[in-house]
Amino acid sequence: MLLEVKDLHAGIDGKEILKGLNLQVRKGEVHAIMGPNGSGKSTLSKVLAGHPSYEVISGEVLYEGKNLLDLEPDERAREGVFMAFQYPVEVPGVSNSQFLRLAYNQKMLHHGLEELDPLEFNDYLKEKAKVVDMDPQFFKRSVNEGFSGGEKKRNEILQMAVLEPKLAILDETDSGLDIDALRIVAEGVNTLRSPDNAIILVTHYQRLLNFIVPDMVHVLANGRIVKEGGKDLALELEEKGYDWVKGAASSK
Amino acid sequence: METQFTEQFKEFLRSETDPVLRRLREVAFAVFAGAGFPTVKDEDWKYTNVAPLVSGQWSVARSVGQSQVVPDRDIDLVKRFETARNGFAALNMAFAAFKVIRIAKDTSVPEPIELLFATDEQVAIFPHILVIAEAGSKAILIESYASTAKSFTNAAVQIIVEDNANLTHYRVQRESSEAFHVGTTEVSLGRGSLYDSTNINLGGALSRHDIDVKFTAEGGEAFVDGLYMVGGTQHADTHSIIDHTVPNCTSHQTYKGVLNDSARGVFNGKVFVRENAHGTDAQQSNKNLLLSNDARVDTKPQLEIFNDDVKCSHGATVGQLEEEELFYLLTRGLPDSLARNLLTYGFAEAIIRKIGIDSIRTSLDEAVLNRLNVKLEV
Ligand SMILES: Nc1ncnc2c1ncn2[C@@H]1O[C@H](COP(=O)(O)OP(=O)(O)O)[C@@H](O)[C@H]1O
Ligand SMILES: [Mg+2]
Repeated sequence: MLLEVKDLHAGIDGKEILKGLNLQVRKGEVHAIMGPNGSGKSTLSKVLAGHPSYEVISGEVLYEGKNLLDLEPDERAREGVFMAFQYPVEVPGVSNSQFLRLAYNQKMLHHGLEELDPLEFNDYLKEKAKVVDMDPQFFKRSVNEGFSGGEKKRNEILQMAVLEPKLAILDETDSGLDIDALRIVAEGVNTLRSPDNAIILVTHYQRLLNFIVPDMVHVLANGRIVKEGGKDLALELEEKGYDWVKGAASSK
Repeated sequence: METQFTEQFKEFLRSETDPVLRRLREVAFAVFAGAGFPTVKDEDWKYTNVAPLVSGQWSVARSVGQSQVVPDRDIDLVKRFETARNGFAALNMAFAAFKVIRIAKDTSVPEPIELLFATDEQVAIFPHILVIAEAGSKAILIESYASTAKSFTNAAVQIIVEDNANLTHYRVQRESSEAFHVGTTEVSLGRGSLYDSTNINLGGALSRHDIDVKFTAEGGEAFVDGLYMVGGTQHADTHSIIDHTVPNCTSHQTYKGVLNDSARGVFNGKVFVRENAHGTDAQQSNKNLLLSNDARVDTKPQLEIFNDDVKCSHGATVGQLEEEELFYLLTRGLPDSLARNLLTYGFAEAIIRKIGIDSIRTSLDEAVLNRLNVKLEV
C-alpha cells in the first residue's frame, strides 16, 4: 500500500472539515476524488502535502507504511509526494529552469544520488517538457509569472514530470482549462502514469475523467467519502448531479 | 556654530575664483553653520540619528579642483536647489563639486551616462550634479556610489526634464557597511515628460536619500521606485515627495525593503495632489520584509489630496513572507531556509529587474543572492 488514510479528521481555524475520511491507494493506481465545492477536496490535498495551517485532529496517514504526518512538507516532497496546486504561486526573479533544478537536486541530494549541473539539467528538462508540449521559452521565464491559467497548470504537470513523484495529488488541475489545454494536460498525466506511482485526481467535474481514466472514483461530501466505485461512478454522478450523493451523505 | 568644517571651508573657499559660486558657497555655509546637522528632534529625522556621522572626523578636499565652473546660464538652476532643507544640503552646496550635464534638444543619447563616486576612509565628498534633459531628448543616467571604507558622501543631484524629454535614472548605492551616505535628488518635470527612476540602497552604515519629484506642467509621468536591503546594524532611510502641482500627471511609486539582523529601515513617502491638479493618477506602495525579530522599519506613506478628480492609491505593509508562497516552494522539496531565501530574492528582484542595463542588473542580483546565500546558476 502506497497511501493509507484512516479515519482522518482535520480542519482549519478550529473548523473541522474532514470528518472521518478513509482512502487506500496502491502503486500503479489512479484515484479520482470528486465532490461539490466546499466538500473538502483541497483540504485533503493540503493535509497530505503538509500545509502548516491545517491541523489534523485525529486519524492516521501512512505513506509507504510510515507516518506521513510526522514529516515536514519539504521532506514529504523529497520522499516522493507531489501536489499540483489549484492556484499555483508565482515566484518572481527565479526562472523555471533554475527553480526546477534546485528542486530536482534537493531530491537527488536527499536520496544520495548525483545532482545535475545546469547543462545536464537543461537536457533533462527539454526531454520532460515534451510531456506537456511546453515551449522551452518558458524555462527562462520566472516561475508562473505572467503565465495564463492554462500555462500554470501545464507548468504544474511539468514539475511533476521533472520530480517524478511516487504519489501525485492533482488539485483541480482541469479547472480553468479550455478543451485543448485539458487534452494536453491529461495526455501529460497519462504519460507519467506508471506501475511505480499513483495519482490522486481531485476534480469537481467529470470531463477530466474522459481523458484520464481512473481505477477508482471516490465521492467526497461534507468531509466524508460517501460513495466509491469504478470509473462509471463518475458518469453516473455527472448524470444525477451532486444532490444525489448529498442525499447519501445525510442518510448515512 | 563652530564645527570641524569651518577651517576646512575657509581654506577651500580660497580656491574658488568664480565670484558667483563663491557667494553661493558662502551663503550656503552660513546656512549650515546656523542650522547645524539635523537631529532626531527634527520631524523628518526622528528615526535617523546622524550623531555617529557628526562625531566622525572628516577631511574635505582642500580646493575646488574637482568642481566644474557652472556655465552662466545654469547658475539659476543651481540656485533652485533647496539649500535650506537641512544642514546636509547646505553643506553640500558649500563644498559642492559641480558637474553640469546637458542632453541636447531632440537627441537620443545611445550610451548611458555614468557617474561613479567613491572616496577613502575619513574623507568627505560633496558631488553636486545638474542634469538638464532638454526638450525632446532621451537618455539614461547611472549614478553609482561605491566607497569601500568609512567615508562620508554627501551628494546632491538636480534634474530638469524638459518638455517631452525622457530620462531613465538608476541610482545605485553600494557603499561599505561602514560608510555614511546622504543624498538629495530634486527632479522637476516638464510637459509630457517621462522620468523613470530606480533607487537601490544596499550599502552604508547609515544612509539617507531624499528624493523630491515635482510636476511643473501637464502630462508628465514619473516612476519613483526603490529597494533598500540592509542587514547587520545598517540603517537606510528614504524620504520622498511627489508633488502634483498641475493637472493630468501620473506617478507610480513602489519601494521595497528587506531588513535582516538588527537593521533598520525608514520610508517616508509624501504624495501631494494640489488644488488644481485634476486628472492626477498617483499610486504609491511600500512593502517591507522583516527577516529577523530585531529588524525594524518605520514606514509612513502619506497622501495629501486637495482635489476630488483624482485616482490615487497608497499603502504600506510590513511583514514576513506569504505562507502560501512558502508552502508552494516547500512542496517542491526545497528546504525551509532555501525556500525563504528564494522568495526574499524574488521580492527584491522585482525592483532590480527594472534596471535595463544587463551588467548592473546582474551584479545587483548577485549581490542580493550572495547576501541570502543562494546559488542560482543558469
Ligand atoms: N481558512 C479557513 N477557515 C475556515 N474554513 C475554511 C478555510 N478554508 C476553507 N474553509 C472551508 O472548508 C471547506 C472545504 O474547503 P475546500 O477543502 O477548499 O473544499 P473544495 O476544495 O472541495 O472546494 C469549505 O466549506 C471552506 O469554506
Ligand atoms: Mg478546492
